[in-house]
Amino acid sequence: MISIKNLHASIDGKEILKGLNLEVKAGEVHAIMGPNGAGKSTLASVLAGREEYEITAGEVIFDGVDLLEMSTEDRAREGLFLAFQYPIEIPGVSNINFLRTAMNEIRAYKKEDPISAKEFMALVKEKSALVELDAKLASRSVNEGFSGGEKKRNEIFQMAMLEPKLAILDETDSGLDIDALRIVANGVNKLKTPNNASIVITHYQRLLDYIVPDFVHVLYNGRIVKSGPKELALELEEKGYDWIKAEFAE
Amino acid sequence: MKEQAVIEQSFAHSIDWKLDGDFVLNEALRANALTYLSENAFPTTRTEAWKYTRVTKIKNNSLHIASAAPIAELAPIDAAAISLVFVNGHFDATRSASDFPAGMKVIPLSQMDEAERNVLGEIDAQKTDLFSAINTAYATDGVYIHVSARVQIAPTIAITHITTGDHVLVNLRHIIHLEKFAELNMIQHNTTDSGENAFSNIINQVYVGENARLTIDKLQNESELAFHHATEFINQQKDSVFTINTITLNGGWVRNNLNCFVNGVNCETNLNGAYVLTGNQHVDNHTVVDHMVAHCNSNELYKGVIDGKATAVFNGKVFVRKDAQKINAFQSNGNVLMSLDASVNSKPELEIYADDVKCSHGSTTGQLDEEAVFYLRARGLSEASARQLMVGAFINDVFEKIENEHVVAWIHDEISKRFNWSFE
Amino acid sequence: MGYTEDDLAKDLENSEYKFGFTTDIESDKAPLGLNESIIRFISAKKEEPEWLLEYRLNCFKIWSEMTEPNWAHVHYEKPDFQAISYYSAPKQSKKYESWDDVDPEMKATMAKLGISMEEQQRLTGVAVDFVMDSVSVATSFKSKLKELGIIFCSFSEAVQEHPELVRKYMGSVVPATDNFYAALNSAVFTDGSFCYIPKGVRCPMELSTYFRINEANTGQFERTLVVADEGAYVSYLEGCTAPQRDENQLHAAVVELIALDNAEIKYSTVQNWYPGDKDGVGGIYNFVTKRGICETNAKISWTQVETGSAVTWKYPSCILKGDHSIGEFYSVAVTNNFQQADTGTKMIHLGKNTKSTIISKGISAGKSQNSYRGLVQIHKNAANARNFSQCDSLLMTDECGAHTFPYIECKNPSAKIEHEATTSKIGEDQIFYCLQRGISEEKAISLIVNGYCKEVLNQLPMEFAVEAQKLLSISLEGSVG
Ligand SMILES: Nc1ncnc2c1ncn2[C@@H]1O[C@H](COP(=O)(O)OP(=O)(O)OP(=O)(O)O)[C@@H](O)[C@H]1O
Ligand SMILES: [Mg+2]
Repeated sequence: MISIKNLHASIDGKEILKGLNLEVKAGEVHAIMGPNGAGKSTLASVLAGREEYEITAGEVIFDGVDLLEMSTEDRAREGLFLAFQYPIEIPGVSNINFLRTAMNEIRAYKKEDPISAKEFMALVKEKSALVELDAKLASRSVNEGFSGGEKKRNEIFQMAMLEPKLAILDETDSGLDIDALRIVANGVNKLKTPNNASIVITHYQRLLDYIVPDFVHVLYNGRIVKSGPKELALELEEKGYDWIKAEFAE
Repeated sequence: MKEQAVIEQSFAHSIDWKLDGDFVLNEALRANALTYLSENAFPTTRTEAWKYTRVTKIKNNSLHIASAAPIAELAPIDAAAISLVFVNGHFDATRSASDFPAGMKVIPLSQMDEAERNVLGEIDAQKTDLFSAINTAYATDGVYIHVSARVQIAPTIAITHITTGDHVLVNLRHIIHLEKFAELNMIQHNTTDSGENAFSNIINQVYVGENARLTIDKLQNESELAFHHATEFINQQKDSVFTINTITLNGGWVRNNLNCFVNGVNCETNLNGAYVLTGNQHVDNHTVVDHMVAHCNSNELYKGVIDGKATAVFNGKVFVRKDAQKINAFQSNGNVLMSLDASVNSKPELEIYADDVKCSHGSTTGQLDEEAVFYLRARGLSEASARQLMVGAFINDVFEKIENEHVVAWIHDEISKRFNWSFE
Repeated sequence: MGYTEDDLAKDLENSEYKFGFTTDIESDKAPLGLNESIIRFISAKKEEPEWLLEYRLNCFKIWSEMTEPNWAHVHYEKPDFQAISYYSAPKQSKKYESWDDVDPEMKATMAKLGISMEEQQRLTGVAVDFVMDSVSVATSFKSKLKELGIIFCSFSEAVQEHPELVRKYMGSVVPATDNFYAALNSAVFTDGSFCYIPKGVRCPMELSTYFRINEANTGQFERTLVVADEGAYVSYLEGCTAPQRDENQLHAAVVELIALDNAEIKYSTVQNWYPGDKDGVGGIYNFVTKRGICETNAKISWTQVETGSAVTWKYPSCILKGDHSIGEFYSVAVTNNFQQADTGTKMIHLGKNTKSTIISKGISAGKSQNSYRGLVQIHKNAANARNFSQCDSLLMTDECGAHTFPYIECKNPSAKIEHEATTSKIGEDQIFYCLQRGISEEKAISLIVNGYCKEVLNQLPMEFAVEAQKLLSISLEGSVG
């Protein structure tokens, strides 16, 4: 699905990713953990195509194509979805209008016909139920005045609507209470198929009780320094990151 | 034909005072200024910059240049400050300090030799206005302050302007120059000893060098029968910080023209102002912050309490020039009217020619928060003291920006004396 | 869901000025220039009563003594008032008896404008008074309105049939002495619309007028007068499109609204006159005086979406004379290329407990200059007056300008005035968020801009809102900085 090799990226002249390697296959769930400032969000932003980052070396192949050559919107249209750590508010633009625009642009890119209003509304109903998102929120302005939990659920709702091949969830669990966490995780699990994959960035093992990862990676100082089965997450939670820091300090 | 009439009219009103006195600025500059005056009339309220302020009373005031005269003793605002005193527009050596910290030069213009003086006082032709021309033509004194590179002056420099006598015209020109990394704090205090209808017209020409810091606390407390016009031209170089706190407590007619030209990147410009007015006072604050280059911040906070038949005018203008990206400019003006005859005119303006900027302004005019007044009364305060407390808190936001605690104490004291308020 | 972004996509495909065509109807035109005899010519052509001719001549005298204002933040070549023809009328002078009688060419024009009369009548319940080159040529729905006693007709017709109303109210809100262009209009206006809603009547449909400048070098001097009698309500729509021309065309309209006790007038405008080309050549000069007066408990609400004209100078205002009266101003002004707009409002609070709201959204793109200029004036007797103003500016490129000039004058201590203004760049994070969802940059901007203007667009009647959204997107096409 996605293959990242020796990725180096910097911002304002400061190198953040320093030779990162990661391979994700269809049907898999990968968790990325790591201390604050390790570069987790940076990885997500670079993959999504944020222009502020400069890629100084490495390659990323997404479903057989060179991801780094594509524009942000084309990456999205090819099926890459990023659930933002801090979802943006867009005043005055309704969620529904926003999603319908996105959906139809993706369809146009794939040379498909636009979705009919009826089909679309049916889909909204189905998917908002999946993440238990109040139907009223679907017609409010994108993220405007949403609580932290509602914003995160809205991200998963959008993901459900757009059915991406690869979803990157950047700390979608932070700030959620246990019910909301369960709802979000449920949503993610229900969307799982043998043909898609997800990368889950998190600080907390508890999310991984719900979204069971096939692999856990530790990102530290711009590199994946340790990978293992889901038990690694438990170990990290118990012992913290100090032992990793000690082992891999520069 | 109409134009002809306008021209004739303006000639009829052109300023041809032909005053006698010893004037300090260079003769060529003075000649230009006199020509300017002979060709221009006093502004009317049809001129945008004078829309809310009439100059008729100055126009009709038969002013003269006066020599220094005896005055009553005046307690310093900040006893630790180095003091420079001007009486009726003349440096008063007996009341002024003569020793100054190393790295700084302080010379009254009247004591400079002509060659030195000749290089001072030029104002960019585009910035010339009528009152600047009057000052250029008739300035009788002023001080030249120069702080050398990397010198931080610890004591505050306090300039006091005192007028005494009737119909006195005072024109002073101060030139303040901070070299790289220099630091200076100043007080400029204007007051009246005695007399009516004095008109002070004071210009500060200020150069804040690279990474230098200058703070001016401008304290205006003249008599209710005095006229005051103040102009600042501030030239900020990169990485510099300029702060001015304009506090107007008394004065019959006050107009402040504050012009900040931010010529270097990464500058900070802070303009704070407070006016507490009553009687027939008319106080007009015009400020301009002109962002010519990128990556600068400016903050402006002006607040006023207007009682009696007083009028306040605020006009704050922020320019962001083309390509001056990443500017953050904030401007806020708040007014409280305390009586039926008080009035306020507020005009906060933004003129923006660059796109990657964050600029905002806000202006509020209104009563005190009645809920809060009620709350205080429910706690046992009389209505009057509840209101006074609220007004005090409202205006004190500005005083809190002042770092010199002697100045803050003096302001609180003056306000208590005049309005019977307390700030505790 | 009404108008969707898909419709928008279609519009964007074809965003050349789509109303840029002219109709070829031989016109009956006054010679160039302005003097007393031209005014007599106009008045005679229109078979006006003596008092109106006197009024015009007096206004002409006033105008002749005025100078053109130059305080607005706009720069343009001043029109040559002697090189304008002040009157032109379609040659057919008689009114059409039925829709079938209407000149087919004119029908085609209206079809291109998207306002086929039949459809308008049947589907939308909107009565259309179509003004072409200053003379009204078709009016509909009259009978329905007549039943309710509502008068909705061309200004000339009103002069003939309701002279007492016209005489009573014309110039009562905008006197000829008000300003240069109002004086000019008062002297030479050719036609416009008149509307009177009797006491206690709620006008059941949106009244709408489409203006159109047609003949080259013909100044347009419209005059609109809307009177809502005590307790009446009316919603009035005005929309403008103009043919593409190279010479600048002057438009100086006067609109007067009178809301008597307890009456309410909602006046909505979508303005899309030819803005000039990408190099700033041509385009309409739009110097309009719009003002309304509110008596006790009355309300006037101005909503405008301004996307057209090369130079705009326009301040729809409210005089809140009666106690408890309300004034509102909702505005979106978009400027692109070399357009210049100086627009805003005046809220004059005279009565007690009067309230006003100002929401202004400016969007500047290209090399354009966009200014908000507003006055909030609280007079001494306006106890407890309230005003809230929000003026936001959005910058799309680094070559345009956005300016805010609010004047706040307060003479009453019980008034509360709040003014807020912001100027910022279109949000990069918001654009990135859209891109990440597969939305193109162009469409992302259109979404964000429409969202930014929503508070204003929401004030418009449905079908106008749709048109306005389209206009916004068309006007900003290709403007990403
Ligand atoms: N514009 C910038 N200039 C310089 N450094 C930056 C910039 N943006 C981010 N960084 C730095 O990059 C590093 C990685 O940040 P990133 O947001 O990817 O961390 P993270 O692993 O997601 O942390 P967290 O767990 O707190 O979300 C941090 O040290 C951050 O300070
Ligand atoms: Mg992060």
